Amino acid sequence: MRDLHRRAALSVRATGALAVVLALGARLGGAWADEPPPVVVFAAVSLSQAFGALESEFRRDHPERRAVFNFEGSSRLVHQIHEGMRADVFASADETNMESARADGALAGPPRIFARNTLVIAVQPGNPKGIRGLADLGRPGLTVALCAPDVPAGRYARQAFAKAGVAVPEASQELDVRAALVKVMVGEADAAIVYATDVRTAGDRVTAVALPPEHDVVARYPIAVLKDAQNPAAARAFVDFVLGPTGQAVLGRFGFLAP
Amino acid sequence: MRLDARVHVAIGGLDLRVELVLGDDQVLAVLGPNGAGKTTLLRALAGLVPLDGGHVALDGVVLEDPRAGAFVPPERRHMGVVFQDGLLFPHLGALDNVAFGLHCRGVPRAAARERARAWLARVGLAGRESARPRTLSGGEAQRVALARALAIEPTVLLLDEPLAALDVSTRAAVRRELTEHLRGFRGVRLLVTHDPLEAAILADRVMILESGRVVQDGPPADVTARPRSRWVADLAGVNLLRGTAHGERIELGMGGTLVVAEPADGEVLAVVRPRAVTLHRVRPAGSPRNVWQGEVVSIDDEGSRLRVSVGGPIPIVAEVTRGAVAELSLAPGVLVWVAVKATDITSYPA
Amino acid sequence: MTRRRAPVPRPAVALAVLGAALFVLPLVGLVARTPWTALASALGSPEAMAALRLSLVCSLSATAVSVVLGLPLAWVQARAAFPGRALVRALTMLPIVLPPVVGGVALLTAFGRRGLVGRWLDEALGVRLGFTTAGAVLAETFVAMPFFVLAVEAALRGVDTRLEDAARTLGAGRWRVFRLVTLPLAAPAVGAGALLCWARALGEFGATITFAGNMPGRTQTLPLAVYVALESRPEAGIALSLVLLVLAVAVLVGLRGRWLGAP
Repeated sequence: MRDLHRRAALSVRATGALAVVLALGARLGGAWADEPPPVVVFAAVSLSQAFGALESEFRRDHPERRAVFNFEGSSRLVHQIHEGMRADVFASADETNMESARADGALAGPPRIFARNTLVIAVQPGNPKGIRGLADLGRPGLTVALCAPDVPAGRYARQAFAKAGVAVPEASQELDVRAALVKVMVGEADAAIVYATDVRTAGDRVTAVALPPEHDVVARYPIAVLKDAQNPAAARAFVDFVLGPTGQAVLGRFGFLAP
Repeated sequence: MRLDARVHVAIGGLDLRVELVLGDDQVLAVLGPNGAGKTTLLRALAGLVPLDGGHVALDGVVLEDPRAGAFVPPERRHMGVVFQDGLLFPHLGALDNVAFGLHCRGVPRAAARERARAWLARVGLAGRESARPRTLSGGEAQRVALARALAIEPTVLLLDEPLAALDVSTRAAVRRELTEHLRGFRGVRLLVTHDPLEAAILADRVMILESGRVVQDGPPADVTARPRSRWVADLAGVNLLRGTAHGERIELGMGGTLVVAEPADGEVLAVVRPRAVTLHRVRPAGSPRNVWQGEVVSIDDEGSRLRVSVGGPIPIVAEVTRGAVAELSLAPGVLVWVAVKATDITSYPA
Repeated sequence: MTRRRAPVPRPAVALAVLGAALFVLPLVGLVARTPWTALASALGSPEAMAALRLSLVCSLSATAVSVVLGLPLAWVQARAAFPGRALVRALTMLPIVLPPVVGGVALLTAFGRRGLVGRWLDEALGVRLGFTTAGAVLAETFVAMPFFVLAVEAALRGVDTRLEDAARTLGAGRWRVFRLVTLPLAAPAVGAGALLCWARALGEFGATITFAGNMPGRTQTLPLAVYVALESRPEAGIALSLVLLVLAVAVLVGLRGRWLGAP
């Protein structure tokens, strides 16, 4: 009699467990079946805030779609795409890296410029070291943070130095422009060459020293759908959105120049 | 040379309180069961265990006095210590071990090695200079340990159970050598042991330590002849009884009465040698003044002699022959009559 | 008569092979993709040479600091009884468990230019640690020293204190006892600990890049150089990785199976 009870209890428990597993599976599977996969966007770090704001607008216009982002230095993103990491859209901070991706055969179609940016020198609030231009960055005793040469901000900065006829000072090689900015924000570096959009988001935690137009470099940001996209239609929708009036308005709000 | 110490150390569960004055004319053995505090006493004298109270002075020089805040660290007490396991430095050869103390005292390297070599020869280990301790036998290691302690020419020589770690055959040989070295040593000599034979052979004076207190202090023969505690009595293999004497009668603490030959008064200890105890199947009639009935508790076979332990009003151990045991059919539980002559009982004040 | 070993059960063998493959395959891949012909040029570039030299200088310096500070620390932890000892021991082990980047952030808050101590260093002494080789050494010491302390503390605990007592009765003061008895007996473990410490310092990335930055010639050690090189010049990255692999193998050979404590 006891044995029967025990077996009954066991089977009840087993059924219960099975039910839970099935429900979970349905939930997860349903997540894949019902909702479309999000659009995976690899974007340059300088686009972090802007694209974050843009995503909520995107979702408002396309309620059933979401976008998720991977923000890294553009050279790092190209490397990741090259190594086979799956993405739908690539938004780079310069054309060189986009060209590298294209040469790899990673793009589904031609890239399009969707924004432009300019450089500034970010310094400690109040500019205590009295930095006025690129030439000042070579001063002994100053700690300067640049990006690594293959990171767009790093390449642009070196172009600016060349334009100004100033030698590139001894500087750190940060892996993306955010890291360079942070070094100034926490007080470790006296100056960093970042984008104008970056100092806008940093607010009063840094002071910006503008570059004269003859030294400044204009950054051109291309965007493209990737061949490996799991969701090409959604990817194209995202790219169109970025290029469209809403997307452009958001970008403009964050200080990006029109393409 | 005179070591004058009042050692009070409370450590673990042990409360050690010992007063001791020792000149350089006698070898003192501190004897006691395990846990009595012997090693603690030795370590306290060496300065390895700080005193909680009391003092240690050598020739009037205060080595330690907690109340006065005086403490001479072990490295400056100039005492030679031979440890139970030798405690040779495993990473040094025999010669370097012996030379260690000299090296610490600033003796130049070459001279230290020469003196160390001489000491190794003196303990019979010439030629083993480069031997690592792990290649030495127990006896050899102990000899090196002795040489190491003597090489620094200390004023006090302390030995902690020097023969305990050796096997029986080596022990006798090393004991002989140790006796000679102790005899030849000029200074205060104190050894600690749980082996009464060791104490009897090596020492001129024995101090019994039990549970941190000195129970007895005197020449070895005296101590065994007149034991003051069960432990010593057991060691000496005698029956020890305690009671109050009223003339020729002793009222034993456990009940029962003994009649002795010498009258006395007050607290006494009475010793009865097992071989003086006779066993009978029926109540014996005759001269023995002490006769009572008891029950055999156990019989210990010691070869040709057997020790029969009898319980009853006066628990006692008798030593009889094998034949006697057989003839009386003695076995645990059997009732026997015990007889002890009054003249066979030695009593002395407690 | 030799004893027959009980056969290892098949499923265990299968899992063991998988486990071993996990370690072997990446190394095989690294060696396979090494550009052997371009190796010399990849390694000979000034950046690579600078990174290698910097890595050696920083890791050896970090090891030296770890030994000088770690020996007394290990001794105190092993021998001295004081309130809060358990807490101190736990804290000195913390960098082992902490993600290196977090370690770097923590170092910034303490030694960065605006940090607790760094602020004073900058104002009073004009000394800055960020973006300097000293900063890189500090970062590497932070993550690597616990390995040394761990190994040495275990060894010191294993040394019979009675031997030290014997030495004292023979006339050796505390320092002599440590130098002539304790240290020689603990030496094998101290050596292994130092080697392990060096290896950890050599491979440090997260704390270095966060605290000391990525300045070629000053703080761009080999791991950082690899990371940067991977994106633009993968062959250089792989070649530099191979250098680190060779150094790692050298450390393992040096340790000869002895790890943190018992042989």
